[in-house]
Amino acid sequence: MKTMKLKLGLAQINTRLGDVQANLEKHFDFIEQARGQGADLLIFPELSLTGYVLQDLATTVAHRPEPDDPVFAQLLKASQEIDLVVGFVEEDRRRRFYIAAAYLAQGEVKHVHHKVYLPTYGLFDEGRFFAWGDSVQAFDTRFGRLGMLICEDFWHASPPYLLWLDGAEMLLFTSASPGRGVNEQPQLESARWVEHINRAYASLFTTFVVHSNRVGYEDGLNFWGGSTVFDPNGELLAKAPYQHEALTVCEVDLNQLHRTRARLPLLRDERTTLVLREMERIMGNVRSTVR
Amino acid sequence: MNELVIHTDLARAILTGFIRSEITRVGYQRAVIGLSGGVDSALSCYLAAEALGPENVLAVRMPYQSSSPDSLQHAQWVIDALGVQSLTVPITEMVDPLFERFPTISPTRRGNVMARARMIILYDQSEEFQGLVVGTGNKTEILLGYSTLFGDSACALNPLGDLYKTQVRQLARAMGVAEAIVAKPPSADLWVGQTDEGELGFTYDDVDRLLYLLVDQRYSPEECVEAGFAEKFVSVVAHKVKRNHFKRIMPPIAKLSNRTIGYDFLYLRDWGT
Repeated sequence: MKTMKLKLGLAQINTRLGDVQANLEKHFDFIEQARGQGADLLIFPELSLTGYVLQDLATTVAHRPEPDDPVFAQLLKASQEIDLVVGFVEEDRRRRFYIAAAYLAQGEVKHVHHKVYLPTYGLFDEGRFFAWGDSVQAFDTRFGRLGMLICEDFWHASPPYLLWLDGAEMLLFTSASPGRGVNEQPQLESARWVEHINRAYASLFTTFVVHSNRVGYEDGLNFWGGSTVFDPNGELLAKAPYQHEALTVCEVDLNQLHRTRARLPLLRDERTTLVLREMERIMGNVRSTVR
Repeated sequence: MNELVIHTDLARAILTGFIRSEITRVGYQRAVIGLSGGVDSALSCYLAAEALGPENVLAVRMPYQSSSPDSLQHAQWVIDALGVQSLTVPITEMVDPLFERFPTISPTRRGNVMARARMIILYDQSEEFQGLVVGTGNKTEILLGYSTLFGDSACALNPLGDLYKTQVRQLARAMGVAEAIVAKPPSADLWVGQTDEGELGFTYDDVDRLLYLLVDQRYSPEECVEAGFAEKFVSVVAHKVKRNHFKRIMPPIAKLSNRTIGYDFLYLRDWGT
């Protein structure tokens, strides 16, 4: 079998709240560094072009992932040399605002994901400011079929499961995760939780799981970084530092999918028809009690 | 297991990063801290010195004539240990004329006036030193409302506000604050013999464990009683938390227009930075 290696870059950046131009310049800094290290794909965190707690800024920092958009024109040009995942606010044709991630390659927008789960509880208020995405789809790239999810999307089990069934061989997770839960452990509770589930997804779906998380502060919130890459065996391949900006480059051997799935055919044996049948029963028969 | 135990290296890293970020992002490099000689302001000062470098921190001692000499001495230990810049501005000459004008002024009023006089000095030094005022209020006192509005609670940023008093002591010990400062009975030192625990009527150890259940773990007062706290204690503390909420929020603005500050004009303070 031909060797299939992919050099991933995790762009664990801090952002300037609501200043797209300043954040775009930082993207180009990291793109240049990543190219210098031979990366094929560079993944920026959630809302990497805008910052996270946007509130009323949400509608003023939006862009369209199209060649005639001044920001995306420059990013698309850069994607001639290196594939990119960037986070931004998208304003659609009907003037709805989404938290979005775009996959750019060879000067084209290959895929855009709109965040489907907007946390609106505790310290989060996304549902107040953004529209809910309505689709979870894998997409083809020169490195195989990938899937993208944004933060709360992968706190729910169903979006990664759907991407797995849709053929994603690598899950690209982006987030701007506010750190919380300082107790006697050396890690934040939120960091431990995310690392547990990312390792679990990699193991359960025998797939690569790549997580790019941001750092920095917005008012009293800290973003903890600690971006990771797990392989289809659930092994940690790379981890960025906590709390600090970093470019982490990690070479992954895509043939690991072949080896792991030969050993552990969880995908082959997944009973999707059974799942669908039971979902229909659950949704149909007990609609009054289960939503 | 004690739920209030924190990993001090982690808390220290987050809090020093917070101070550095929130001060430098608005174009400043420096901090001003009112140093009382107590553990809260000592810890804030240690964190600020680590975040910004001791030369960028101004510790201000502001004794009143009745202030405990120990307080002044303990504040000096912090200044010497860290090598921060320092200044002593007694408030006696500022506040005594007001006290003389109102001979029957109550201890509470006197305490509030002193706390607000110190705020004036800190904010004046903020301009002179070109540094932001770093607060020293902890989660326990913020929840109980045990502070003077626009007095000791006034600051540009507060690194300690999510640490209970017992957690402040833990982090202070880990950072090397002198044991005599950490272990002494906490006092606002507004009059001779005043102690927090004497005035509040309960200990920080007890109230921190109760607040942890009420606030962090969302227990109902009834569930706190079931967990072993005296009913009277629970009701007194729950009442204080509620009664003093006004100290924790901006004054409400009466809504008239379609877009009103605080309701539907929503931006973080870090807007654009």
